[in-house]
Amino acid sequence: MKNLYLIAYLDLKESIRAKWFLVYSLVFGGLIALFFIAGVTESQVMGFSGLSRLLLMYIQITIVILPIFILITTVRSISGDRDNHILEYMLSFPISLKQYYWGKIIGRFITVYLPVLFAMIIAVVYGFFKGAIIPWSIFFLYTGLLFSLSSAFLGIAFFISSFVKSSEVALGIAFFIWIFLLAFIDIALISLMLQHRLNEELIIFIAMINPMELFRVAAISLFDPELTVMGPVAFYILDLMSQSLFVLLSIAYPLIVGLFFALLGFKIFQKKDLV
Amino acid sequence: MIQVSGLTKKFGAHISLDNVSCEFNKNESIALMGANGAGKTTLIRSILGYYHPDSGEVLINGLNTIKERVKVLENISFVPQLPPPIKLSLDELMQYISVSAKVERDLILHYANDMKLDVTANLNKSFFKLSGGMKQKMLIAISLAKKSNIIIYDEPTANLDPKARDDFYRLLKQNEDEKVLLFVTHRLEEIKDLVNRQIYMDLGKIVSDEKI
Repeated sequence: MKNLYLIAYLDLKESIRAKWFLVYSLVFGGLIALFFIAGVTESQVMGFSGLSRLLLMYIQITIVILPIFILITTVRSISGDRDNHILEYMLSFPISLKQYYWGKIIGRFITVYLPVLFAMIIAVVYGFFKGAIIPWSIFFLYTGLLFSLSSAFLGIAFFISSFVKSSEVALGIAFFIWIFLLAFIDIALISLMLQHRLNEELIIFIAMINPMELFRVAAISLFDPELTVMGPVAFYILDLMSQSLFVLLSIAYPLIVGLFFALLGFKIFQKKDLV
Repeated sequence: MIQVSGLTKKFGAHISLDNVSCEFNKNESIALMGANGAGKTTLIRSILGYYHPDSGEVLINGLNTIKERVKVLENISFVPQLPPPIKLSLDELMQYISVSAKVERDLILHYANDMKLDVTANLNKSFFKLSGGMKQKMLIAISLAKKSNIIIYDEPTANLDPKARDDFYRLLKQNEDEKVLLFVTHRLEEIKDLVNRQIYMDLGKIVSDEKI
């Protein structure tokens, strides 16, 4: 176990020193600061106001930038080390592949999750001092949703990293996955629905297996439990399960997706040549 | 100590190692030579358990290098041809090595000092920011401090000045007993006094194997 923690600890230290981490933290911290400066907490849209409105905006932006940040910063972790012969040297010491791979995942997960979480904590603390009502239920559920979304994309990133030969290819695949899942949210699905008059349930099922879409709907459901803003789609979802079960699924499913891809990546890492 | 049996490794259509068999025993210092693409690096990477062979196997003290890689690596020190751009600081790198391979930190400092490398003045500096020679000295110091039975050097002196090379060979002379020393080299004259066996490889095969 000590080797696992060692790898995680050293990866965390190395990441924190990296320039990308600084940019990453500034983006999420800056978003919150920008919202406060812009007076988002004082505005009201569709009944959302105060910190709830701020968190809603934060989550809407996070859903777009968090996955791509995680993908591009993580996808090179194994492939990059392989590419520039770091893996060749570091794995010449008696560290098991399991410890190396999972240690890297733990270290990287802490690196990508903490700035997002801290930005939300800053928002809550600042809101508290400004006398706003703290929407704790929303805060905790967002924390859970962000945790599972981070896990999903981290798992996918490590999976890609385990089989690609070069960092450039890894980046290309990561970008494709991001744009594919993002485009799936609106463009592809709506086009499909309009053009081919496909079965609505099938389209909604396809949308719901996309962790980004699931995250988005779950985030809305916290403010709008009846999902009225989504129109008829809400009928299919809430007819199938209760709102609380849906939120649970939204946390559990991306976690499982992340674990599945991370495990798959590990199997490939184990079976492939290391350098 | 090291037993390579019928080892074949292909990369696509290219055969990098073609049914290679050989043994390396205690107190042998071997110069592994051959033209570029002869299969030298593939052979040492197979010994280190990096490659899954297409056929054959490598055993070290009876242990398979793929299946028992952690146990096998406890007995191997390795210095690559080009120091990798590791972003850890020297302090963190030593922590990695002392925890994972149970190498005494003081011993690394001792050998680094013998190689005229002042580690303490550069403790918080990233490894990749050191000069080529300093990086190579650090890796050599680590390889000696690990006290392994098998030491593999892939062109270890490429970045060293003549004085540092002398220091390196002197330290090796002091630490070669009861070990297998495997050098991948193109410059036999430099290590002639150290080696007692020469192996030439070409097109993935061992074409000559002589004891001196």
